[in-house]
Amino acid sequence: MLLIRCPYCEEERPELEFRNAGEAHIARPTNIAAESDDDFEKFFFIRANPKGVIYERWRHIHGCARFFNAVRDTVTDKFVMTYKAGEPKPTKLPGAAK
Amino acid sequence: MAKAAANTKAAASASAERRPALAGRTLSAPGVKVEMLPPAERISLRAPQASLAPLSKALGVTLPVKPKTSAMKDGRTALWLGPDEWLIIDEAGNNPLADCAKVTALHSAVGISHRNVGISVAGPAAAVTVNSGCPQDLSLEAFPVGAASRTILGKSEIVLLRTAEDSFRVECWRSFSDYVFTLLSEAASDAAN
Repeated sequence: MLLIRCPYCEEERPELEFRNAGEAHIARPTNIAAESDDDFEKFFFIRANPKGVIYERWRHIHGCARFFNAVRDTVTDKFVMTYKAGEPKPTKLPGAAK
Repeated sequence: MAKAAANTKAAASASAERRPALAGRTLSAPGVKVEMLPPAERISLRAPQASLAPLSKALGVTLPVKPKTSAMKDGRTALWLGPDEWLIIDEAGNNPLADCAKVTALHSAVGISHRNVGISVAGPAAAVTVNSGCPQDLSLEAFPVGAASRTILGKSEIVLLRTAEDSFRVECWRSFSDYVFTLLSEAASDAAN
């Protein structure tokens, strides 16, 4: 079982307590009524789905119930780091050798 | 397995108005006893940091702010569930909802006395029994006496509180209580082996 660090509970918890909530750092357009259909499609449906490091929202649904952000490697399934919701996207990842 | 026998006793302490789901059900296995706890008053409390002091004063118990902890005073327990969420359990028969109503500071208190039921798991094999469905580390270093956490047990969400070194209180929604009690009963029988 994966252990995921919840930044609110400040410790690692079993993965069964968590839910994935999609890609993180997707900003909602300020004036959504003026969006063109193409732009709305990009915002609403199109996701990066990278092979490698991905920034995701996760929710500690069976714990503190908080949303937070996680950096995860989709190849190894390893969590690189987690940080609280609302915090900026980390520019430097711990242990990033590449 | 065969030694453990479930027996249903008539609820002795519960009043006519207040008879929680599975009231009086107990199970004794070698090393652990699982039983339904008597009814209690409960509220779900949500409040920002600024309201904690007046709420703690009104409730008579200091709301814990450290994750996975609880505070207890005069039969009233406050369990940290999230950064702005607490579960208050009053076993002394007082009404925490009325106490919160006197507080003018911003907060949300919802009575959930009848939504939850409490199950006691006690005995030397209590941690093993709970661990059969709960993936958390329940060693005394990671989950000391007084530690409290919302977590899962099998397919059901529970709130777990360690009341003593070898005793846990499992709080679950009443509609899940049959599943939770049965799972704990099976686990209790297995834990002895």
